[in-house]
Amino acid sequence: MSAAASRPIATGRSATGMPTGRLAVWWVIASEIVIFGGLLGSYVMHRLAHDAFAQQAAHTNTWIGAFNTFVLLTSSLSAVLAHKAAEEGNGTKAARFLYYTMAGGVVFIVVKAFEWTSEIQHGFTISSNTFWSFYYTAAGIHAGHVIAGVVIMGIVAQAARKNLELQRVELIGLYWHFVDIVWIFLFPLLYIAK
Amino acid sequence: MADHASHGTAHEAHGEHTHHPNYVKIWAILLALLVVSVAGPFVGIKAVTLITAFGVAIVKAYLVVKNFMHIDVAARLVTYLVLTMLLFMLLFFAGTAPDVMESHGSNWTKPSWVAGTAHPEAPADGHGQEEEH
Amino acid sequence: MVVQHASPAHEHDAQHARQSWVRHYLLATDHKIICFQYMFTGMALAVVAGFFSYVFRMQMAFPGMNVPGWGLVTPAEYNMLVTNHGAIMIFWVAMPVLIAAFGNYLIPLMIGADDMVFPRVNRLSYQIFLLSVIILLVSFFVDGGGSAGAWTMYPPLMAKAQYSMTGTGSSVFLVAIALEFVAFLLGGINFVTTAMNARAPGMTYYDIPIVVWMIVIASILFMASVGPLIAGAVMMLFDQQLGTAFFDPDRGGDPILWQHLFWFFGHPEVYVVLLPAIGITAEIITVFSRKKLFAYKTVLNTAIGTGVLSFTVWAHHQFIAGIDPRMANIFTVTTLIISIPIAEMMFVYVATLYGGSITLATPMLWALGFIATFLIGGVTGIFLGASGADIYLHDTYFVLAHFHYTFFPIAIIGTYAGLTYWFPKMFGKQMNETLGKIHFWGTFIPFNCIFIPLFFTGMLGDHRRIFDYTYFPELSTPMLENLRAFATISLVVMLGFQLVFIYNFVTSLLWGEKAEKNPWHANTLEWTADSPPPHGNWAELPTVYRGPYEYSVPDRKDDFWPQNAKS
Repeated sequence: MSAAASRPIATGRSATGMPTGRLAVWWVIASEIVIFGGLLGSYVMHRLAHDAFAQQAAHTNTWIGAFNTFVLLTSSLSAVLAHKAAEEGNGTKAARFLYYTMAGGVVFIVVKAFEWTSEIQHGFTISSNTFWSFYYTAAGIHAGHVIAGVVIMGIVAQAARKNLELQRVELIGLYWHFVDIVWIFLFPLLYIAK
Repeated sequence: MADHASHGTAHEAHGEHTHHPNYVKIWAILLALLVVSVAGPFVGIKAVTLITAFGVAIVKAYLVVKNFMHIDVAARLVTYLVLTMLLFMLLFFAGTAPDVMESHGSNWTKPSWVAGTAHPEAPADGHGQEEEH
Repeated sequence: MVVQHASPAHEHDAQHARQSWVRHYLLATDHKIICFQYMFTGMALAVVAGFFSYVFRMQMAFPGMNVPGWGLVTPAEYNMLVTNHGAIMIFWVAMPVLIAAFGNYLIPLMIGADDMVFPRVNRLSYQIFLLSVIILLVSFFVDGGGSAGAWTMYPPLMAKAQYSMTGTGSSVFLVAIALEFVAFLLGGINFVTTAMNARAPGMTYYDIPIVVWMIVIASILFMASVGPLIAGAVMMLFDQQLGTAFFDPDRGGDPILWQHLFWFFGHPEVYVVLLPAIGITAEIITVFSRKKLFAYKTVLNTAIGTGVLSFTVWAHHQFIAGIDPRMANIFTVTTLIISIPIAEMMFVYVATLYGGSITLATPMLWALGFIATFLIGGVTGIFLGASGADIYLHDTYFVLAHFHYTFFPIAIIGTYAGLTYWFPKMFGKQMNETLGKIHFWGTFIPFNCIFIPLFFTGMLGDHRRIFDYTYFPELSTPMLENLRAFATISLVVMLGFQLVFIYNFVTSLLWGEKAEKNPWHANTLEWTADSPPPHGNWAELPTVYRGPYEYSVPDRKDDFWPQNAKS
């Protein structure tokens, strides 16, 4: 397969001065802002309209939520340290930090799995009432983004370990920080405001 | 796939990334803010809870966007892009909330909203809600 | 990177020999091939959606008849046909052809690049799109048939099987829609970053051809507006399958929330498909009147202004749904305002044509046809934008005629304009002019004969989405029945004339006269590449020295001045 198909000249150009990959990831983040914005906006409308929501929210476990917040914030730290290492040209170090980030993502999902199992066993299912419908839908779509991020990060880390495609470390980091920020807002919305 | 040469042109374009703040320090601040937001409700005053919960969220988000995502180093276009998307979300909220937050209008009601049965207490005894269709 | 140095034709043939058929066509990363993938998929689905319109119009004009090619139309089938005609035309015809196909083809070529910046993401976006098509087609064959909740998918019709009379079809349809959105989000990112970053040296923002700008702005509009609907689609799917009640007012939800989530996207969406068609028109009218675009920056600014304003008008689709009347006031004002930038664009086009040296070749006929019919569509929209008038006109055929006078120019006329114009470049052959003109008039005249009567039936009280008007004696007068029958027969005639196009397309592709590089003597960069361009587009990528519309420049020998010509 000729090299032309894998990387056209176009990809290396930069008429705006910003690397193409970074520009692309910010566009991805922009479109994700409106996805989560629509969902969370709808949640907030219901929340503000019904006091009963607050009563339901009392059943979420703030400590688990806080722990997961801690996990994601720490994984964001390792993601940006990976970026710094990649910029210094140290692919092995960058990959290591990416693996820590991935571990954080996995811990997040595992904790959530236990959390949801417990909640469902107590009778709080997605169809219990509108609060729980939003709870599972919003956190679920977020969790889907976490899983996707972990997978892509694995692919980037594999290449980074061999000092290849180091510019991608920053890019997956940007996506990961965004996923972290969504959770930064989900946490108070679902766990604290009660 | 193993194409080192092409990195050159893409990276020539940016030389801005020489400045790295102390990421661990930022992380520590984020954790401190997390503690504040969890502690807020214990004060018992609703206004305090709201400020700690959402004020902290906004500050945390700003810290991440500025220090981890380096938005101030990326082209200004990126800042405008993100702000525009947030603005659109506010617009969506402003246009939708007057309807969604109402329980009745001139020729309609949402029966369960009016009756106050919209959000039944989920049975916390191991049984799921029965589906009503 | 060998391909850049060898002579294009020779290297291209050698490359062909090396690449298997599967690699070259099925798993293509070349933007031109991906264009064709989107284009032929979209055109195939246009046949499906067109067929659906034939079936339900026959039922409406001649209720109870055994429609040739279908049979008896049941009420549930009628709902399914109407739903899928609309949804397919917008999501699986207009968008893939106008944005994905033309965008893929034109953006790299017109900005002087050798491909999109992310060719493999490009391939992935088509694959996801194709998956959405397959899932859509599957929805027709599951128990209960395809989705029948109207393309607007309002709850409770869409959310509850007892109302929509379909089973899993509605949910399968939602999955198809969600995948289509993902495909276009991915594709849009490619388009925007390519146009921003991969331009030829010397090409400033104001040297970019208008059609590229339009497709880029459309992609941005799409990316900024589809989010809430993606959220809504997930919520609707959960309402259908998991017993949630996001939109059920009996259990704490709100059906109006869906409407807002849908139309917040739905309105910008119509500009998403409009802008590329307007862009194609700009390219054609400048070339075929040998005149520069009257006011490039105005067109650009009005396009951006329209894009921004399009986010402020959405609830004009909900005027009589029970929204807060004060909001209806606000949305009336914004809706009337948004007609201004589009009108300005039309004025610029007319001013461009004025005094030009006009050739009425087939592409030009389509471009002029676009302007004429879209004007009618736009003007009738103003009636509907006024909330007072809309109280009467909403959900009548007046609305339907209005949006067909906008969508048809966009999706059909715009497509034919672009296809007949760029066919020589895409396929290296010329289309037959005579057949092209026959096809044009055979489409244009019947189109007007379909929808002008429907303005009148709408004003006289015909509701939308009625399966059989004999249930409404006041709507079963001879005049109304005749108008409906006339519209339906015109539809059949128009569909028949599309065979002329298919014949022209196929025979020109196979046996047409060979096309030179620049048969229309146009300025933009794609006309400097071979017809068709090889992989990589040029042996040496061009540099740009001027804008795209330097036609009939005084004191020059030729009446055109290519962007990459040094002098």
